[in-house]
Amino acid sequence: MIIVHDLFKKFGSLEVMKGLNLTIQSGETLVVLGRSGVGKSVLLKHILGLTKPDAGYVEVDGINITELNGDSLYEKIKNMGMLFQGAALFDSLNVEENTAFYLKQHGNPKTNKPYLAAEIEERVKQSLIMVGLDGTQKKMPSDLSGGMKKRAGLARLIAYRPTYLLYDEPTTGLDPVTAMQINELIVATQKELKATSIVVTHDIVSALTVADRLALVEDGKIIHIGEPEPFMQIDHPTIEALRRTVAVDPRSLRRLKDA
Amino acid sequence: MKNMNTFKQYFTFLESLGQYILLVWDVLIATLKTPPSFRLVRDQLYSIGVLSLPVVAMTGFSTGLVLAAQSFYQLADKGLAGATGIMVAKAMITELGPILTAFMITGRVGAAMCAELGTMKVTEQIDALRSMSVDPNRYLISPRFFSGVFMMPLLTIFSVFMGIFGGYLLSIYFFKLAPTNFWDPVRYYTTFFDCFVGLFKSLVFGILTFSICCYKGMQTQGGAQGVGESTTSSVVICYTFILFTNFLITLGLNTLHSAILRLFE
Repeated sequence: MIIVHDLFKKFGSLEVMKGLNLTIQSGETLVVLGRSGVGKSVLLKHILGLTKPDAGYVEVDGINITELNGDSLYEKIKNMGMLFQGAALFDSLNVEENTAFYLKQHGNPKTNKPYLAAEIEERVKQSLIMVGLDGTQKKMPSDLSGGMKKRAGLARLIAYRPTYLLYDEPTTGLDPVTAMQINELIVATQKELKATSIVVTHDIVSALTVADRLALVEDGKIIHIGEPEPFMQIDHPTIEALRRTVAVDPRSLRRLKDA
Repeated sequence: MKNMNTFKQYFTFLESLGQYILLVWDVLIATLKTPPSFRLVRDQLYSIGVLSLPVVAMTGFSTGLVLAAQSFYQLADKGLAGATGIMVAKAMITELGPILTAFMITGRVGAAMCAELGTMKVTEQIDALRSMSVDPNRYLISPRFFSGVFMMPLLTIFSVFMGIFGGYLLSIYFFKLAPTNFWDPVRYYTTFFDCFVGLFKSLVFGILTFSICCYKGMQTQGGAQGVGESTTSSVVICYTFILFTNFLITLGLNTLHSAILRLFE
């Protein structure tokens, strides 16, 4: 379980978080909605401990992530993974090396020994099959399209099977078909790994497709949180705008999770 | 208002200095705890050392040629043509070898290193590394920094040899000096202290170049423009520090050397 306690964060004169509180239950997929620049991505980096808040703290499985630094932080976040907005694949490594990166760096946590080359190859292949990129092992990130990069980034996550998955704008900038593929992958990954997922997006269709609960960030705080259907009925200008964006009754969106 | 701006600039400078020292400290601690893998260091040694050989050879050789030519033309009519060799050797070992090698390595390797780290920073690859529990100080900076610091003196030695070799070829085959006229003063008057000064300078320049370039890369913000600005400023800062430090080391070591010699007189 992740608990965000009263988070405050300022960049120069811009105050992006003003006492943000949030609880993410184990095994659920929480989608954080909000306009661009409200600090959604910053929230994910706080959860991973990559950014330190001005005040407040983040607790993961009862441990205060915010006060950890260096090796103790890296040790704690070994079971967490993040899909970055631009996928953040390592330029100098091909798809296979990117996917195998974590496995090669940390070895097998059960045996505390490095993985065998065949094990890594198999795990990489499985992950790439899952995202539909098998056969691209030797391609460099620069040879991939935006959608393929996102899927390769997801394969890199799936390969090491983290307990906590953080997605930063997973469908932004993608065509609707690829966006839906990514949504399906998020749901499939969630089912496969039984992980806890936090998805940050402003794509309401994506949000309704993958979410167990939705949270709306505005003015540096979570102002509404709830399950998709009641959430979409809330009388609030932003949610009203989201309803108009979807242009359909959210109940008519067949959620993949129930399929 | 002007005072406020000056105060802000001082504060920003002190903040940057603090961050720079902290980065160097973090890299040292991370490396001492868990040294980087041999593969990463080997790749950097190859990239910094082996791939820089042609440019360092060319720089050293051409500098040696020019030094020999200038020395000969200045000294020959005064009957001091025999000092050409020692002029080339002393200048290459104590000043031009370390300085020009550091300049070339800053331009060829340091700038590329800064741009690479800067691009990784702005495309969130550094964050991706950290999100996978990999310390960028250990994985990215440590191999680059230590390989660079190790390679700089070796490349300087290579550059000095190329310079002396260039000066020798010109003096013997163009100015028709006898080989002994070139070599004898070099053998008699080149001291251990000269070699120490050259190597010490190259080591300090290596530390400065690679720590500054890595620091500027890791501090990059914004997009392509930010990477460009970081790279440019890293090269300018390195050149400035190399020149200024060179003066301080020359003055400091020579004063110390003279004092020690006086003690034993």
